Amino acid sequence: MSSIVSLPDQTTARIPKRNYLTNENGILSWLLTGDHKRIAMLYLISITFFFFIGGALAGLIRLELLTPQSDLMATDTYNKVFSMHGIIMIFLFLVPSVPATLGNFLIPIMVGAKDLAFPKINLLSWYLYLAGGSLTLWAMINGGVDTGWTFTTPLSTHYVNTNVVTTGLAIFVAGFSSIFTGLNFIVTIHRMRAPGMTWFKLPLFVWSHYAASILMVLGTPVLAIAIVLVLLERTIGIGVFDPTKGGDPILFQHLFWFYSHPAVYIMILPGMGVISEVISTFSRKRVFGYSAVAFSSVAIAVFGFFVWEHHMFIMGVSNYSTLVFSLLTMLVAVPSSIKIFNWAFTLYKGSITFETPMLYAFGFMGLFTIGGLTGVFLGASGTDIHLTETYFIVAHFHFVMVGGMLMAFLAGIHFWWPKMTGRMYPEKISQLAAVVTFIGFNFTFFPQFLLGMLGMPRRYAAYPPEFQVLNVFSTAGATILGVGYLLPMIYLVWSLKYGKIAGANPWQATGLEWQIQSPPLTENFVEIPVVTQDAYDYEWLERQKEHEVTQVG
Amino acid sequence: MSELETHHGEEPHIVSPKIYVLIAATLLICTALTVAASYLELGPWNAVVALGIAVFKATLVVLFFMHIKYSSKLMKLTVFAGLFTFLALVGMSMSDYISRAWGSF
Ligand code: HEM
Ligand SMILES: [Cu+2]
Repeated sequence: MSSIVSLPDQTTARIPKRNYLTNENGILSWLLTGDHKRIAMLYLISITFFFFIGGALAGLIRLELLTPQSDLMATDTYNKVFSMHGIIMIFLFLVPSVPATLGNFLIPIMVGAKDLAFPKINLLSWYLYLAGGSLTLWAMINGGVDTGWTFTTPLSTHYVNTNVVTTGLAIFVAGFSSIFTGLNFIVTIHRMRAPGMTWFKLPLFVWSHYAASILMVLGTPVLAIAIVLVLLERTIGIGVFDPTKGGDPILFQHLFWFYSHPAVYIMILPGMGVISEVISTFSRKRVFGYSAVAFSSVAIAVFGFFVWEHHMFIMGVSNYSTLVFSLLTMLVAVPSSIKIFNWAFTLYKGSITFETPMLYAFGFMGLFTIGGLTGVFLGASGTDIHLTETYFIVAHFHFVMVGGMLMAFLAGIHFWWPKMTGRMYPEKISQLAAVVTFIGFNFTFFPQFLLGMLGMPRRYAAYPPEFQVLNVFSTAGATILGVGYLLPMIYLVWSLKYGKIAGANPWQATGLEWQIQSPPLTENFVEIPVVTQDAYDYEWLERQKEHEVTQVG
Repeated sequence: MSELETHHGEEPHIVSPKIYVLIAATLLICTALTVAASYLELGPWNAVVALGIAVFKATLVVLFFMHIKYSSKLMKLTVFAGLFTFLALVGMSMSDYISRAWGSF
């Protein structure tokens, strides 16, 4: 199989002595750093930690569902387990996954700046994340919470006796870490671009983070308000969600989903940015329809605010507004499909190679398409009434979030690993991991579509025996998937010491981040670049190389 | 930070103390108006009047005390984005509340 990887001569190559990792030593130099790259690494370690806790809880869910009876744990324990799984995975892993790690690391470099606009706020964002994360863990150890990740009223305000207040506070705090990340990105992208770096020369990774940042800054405060109202209702009974006091429990869902539908795009947009970079690099072509892909990110951000009620069709909302939101939901699928089509056209007649990031990107394209299209089934209010609150929903959002976003995250981590650490990951075993993940994923989640169509409800520990076969499939698939996630953990850590020296540009990619040493200097650039080339201009890259050769000669 | 300022150094607009005093006075008068209006018996319209005055006051604060009237287009757009999102939230939620009882009489 052909490959574009070009590594420096391993016998003489060295990791540059001066880089952001070696620049300062000692634990305090990390805990008080303002360097966006170091904060990205701190975030990477923290979200990986929470991913494994969330993953362990997922394992427990699948084990319980191996048999129709509720036998591994009591039913109320099961409620806590799936709630904590959802809360940890969504708020503590998926929302910060790509933006706070890869985005933090790369956005300043991609726009040609030395750091983000507000380095201290960036550090504060990580501390808030840790505070939110620790509070969540504390709530979990002290008995957990069992409202589901959606905190739905009146369950959360009147009927449960678990740690709603603590967990709510935790999410409130973690929310601000995401607002700060978004704010930092918006200001950086507006004001700190290098000379010559116009909006339409920005990599699509930056565009999609820009769109996601808008959602973070405008949407997250509404979640914060909704949670505060739940807490006030629980503690002092203010009555906004209580019908006996003139309130309306559905108002909570309006507020919650007003954030949480845009939040699904907060989760997927940065991943789409990764896919644009990876697809272009491994097919050696400019992304087809660059401006369409760029604007579709912004369109997703805007439309994303007008569809939230599709999560509430059966909750007692007005039929007429159901009609409106159902139609609007169809709209939001359009920009996503624009992206998928443009990536497909990018592949067309490209010189495609199949390194690990590309394998994950292919996984993303297929699985996200299935996830998105089933979203359209759910947006059609008629079918939704049959499918809502069944395993079909669970399958839908796992296809987009795990099949889509997690694949994109892994694609990005592998793609930029050489840049972040200076060393390559081992290629063969990581290709294997990508394939194992894909197979395991489909085994785990495809049966859940069928279960949902057959009517198995979500969020119950027990189910009728006729659903067992498909559930066994799903649990078996989850073990394969687990292996697929453990492998990268192991070989990536291994590669920190034993990986091959990567050199500045192992993929022959065009982004500014690949034109500087790996790992980069603390100040990123020795001198601020003046940008004349377009994004994804592979001919420019060739000319640069020729230029270097003639200069050396 | 300094980089931000040198890159796009817009001349800071200086607002005269006269304007500040004028706005502050208007805000105080509006507060008195709100109190006065709360004594009128308007039924549900009491809330509407109070909110109307409050919105007017907030607009003054944003435009003058927060300098948005004299700021760049980008700043105006930023404020507008927040307003737009808020209107989307309230307006679209209203599409549920106003029509929930339709057809059930
Ligand atoms: C591409 C277009 C998409 C459409 C049209 C769509 C549509 C829908 C609809 C209508 C529902 C509600 C189903 C119900 O509760 O009855 C839903 C649920 C959900 N979707 Fe999507 N979706 C799309 C993409 C995404 C993406 C990209 C993500 C995340 C990355 C996502 C995550 C979710 C989640 C988490 C839920 C379930 C929330 C819950 O009840 O716990 N969706 N989707
Ligand atoms: Cu949604």
